[in-house]
Amino acid sequence: MGLHISNAPFIYNKDTTRSLMLDVILALLPTTLAGIFFFGLGALLHVLVGTASAMLAEYAYQKLTHKPVRIRDCSAALTGMLLALNMPVSAPLWVTLIGSAVAIVLVKELFGGIGDNFMNPALTARAILMASWPVAMTAYTQPVFSLGLQADAVSSATVLHGLSATPLQMFLGFIPGTIGEVSKAAILIGFLYLLLKGVITWHIPVIYVGSYALLALALGNNVLNGVLSGGMLFGAVFMATDYVTNPMTRRGQVIFAVGCGVFTCLIRNFSSYPEGVTFAILLMNIATPLIDKYVKGARVYGKGKK
Amino acid sequence: MEKKQSLSGVFMNGVITENPTFRLVLGTCPTIAVTTNAVNGIGMGLAATFVLVGSNLVISLLRNFIPDKVRIPAFVVVICTFVTMVQMLLQAYVPVLYESLGLFIPLIVVNCIILARAEAFASKNAPLASVMDGLGMGLGFTAAITIIGCIRELFGSGSLFGLNIMGAGYQPMLILVLAPGGFIVFGMVLGIANIIMKRADAKKAAKEGAQA
Repeated sequence: MGLHISNAPFIYNKDTTRSLMLDVILALLPTTLAGIFFFGLGALLHVLVGTASAMLAEYAYQKLTHKPVRIRDCSAALTGMLLALNMPVSAPLWVTLIGSAVAIVLVKELFGGIGDNFMNPALTARAILMASWPVAMTAYTQPVFSLGLQADAVSSATVLHGLSATPLQMFLGFIPGTIGEVSKAAILIGFLYLLLKGVITWHIPVIYVGSYALLALALGNNVLNGVLSGGMLFGAVFMATDYVTNPMTRRGQVIFAVGCGVFTCLIRNFSSYPEGVTFAILLMNIATPLIDKYVKGARVYGKGKK
Repeated sequence: MEKKQSLSGVFMNGVITENPTFRLVLGTCPTIAVTTNAVNGIGMGLAATFVLVGSNLVISLLRNFIPDKVRIPAFVVVICTFVTMVQMLLQAYVPVLYESLGLFIPLIVVNCIILARAEAFASKNAPLASVMDGLGMGLGFTAAITIIGCIRELFGSGSLFGLNIMGAGYQPMLILVLAPGGFIVFGMVLGIANIIMKRADAKKAAKEGAQA
């Protein structure tokens, strides 16, 4: 008789990996639609390529290594979708394809598959793509409002580079940026949905943005611009809340979120990178085992009752 | 090293069975730092091989004279002598390689493979066997880091041994020639080497089982 080893938590409730992943994918739809609205069907192509290649990569790897094929849990689809939403629309599609494969094979499967990756796969893949093809990855285009596949993209500086935009423009998404990050309104709709469904709690996103705002205020930055532009809201809602790569305890999560906010602000102010969300969250992903080791308390995952 | 090994056995031990990079996982610092291209890999490997053979020979010859308590400083002095020679030779005859390896040539002194072989092999074995051990370990190291260098150069800059082979349209994956790419490629090659070794061991065990 073979023993079946499954992922924690073991207390039974009706949430499955699949239902949670589908909830997050649903929560990503508003910002995906906003991305298509602002950047044209090219954005949709990126999302389709990212999602499909991530699922294909997972299927191929699991077949090749004789593991049970788990693409039906939708975690690979979510990873591919997150990665695609982190791409500027002008980037070549093959970059998204390579990114998805890297996220699934290198970051997730080689470390043991779902639940065992120590960094967020989509975010790590984005960091790898940034280091590999910096020009393609930072060519942010102005919103084009055309349904053409190959819109006449105009590369532009982002607000973080000094482009000026009104808060309303930034909130709605009329600014250059990656596909999924521009419309803060659409991201907040997704956030509310995740909160209502109980998929995530407010702690990490709110404390992340709050601690960033406090430090940015102390350093004399334009806080409103800092929060409404760039990828912070997207990162705080969809990336930092990844179950696998943030701490198990509430206090640990607070430390994690404060760290994300502080590093984002420090990288934006004192490094050669204009944006710090990716590296801030990855740094705190790496610190998560350490936080879990020293911060004791009630575990927030795996509770029987909500 | 209790039982006597044949000279070819000692040599093959260094190249395959106890390959310093893939089996002992020693000398990872130069493995990651200099393997940004294939030529650097070969250059570093051969320089380390020269030092390894030389220091193994001298330390083996002196093994009955070096007092046990000061053996490590004594080994280091011997190793330093050969590293200095290599550095001067490279500077004189292949200045381009000397420039690109840079700081990592003097750092051969602290390459753990060399001190490890001095301690584990040369100080306990006869000169000829020690030379073979140095040669095997050195060439095993060279082969390993050349493989890693080839992979990083091919995908990270689109060329191999300096020849552009991926074509002009190829957009290289820059991260592979940066430090993180060194770790990633090293880890993956190490994993593949482990799979191959495991399969070979299983085959060997099956064969011996069939004979017995």
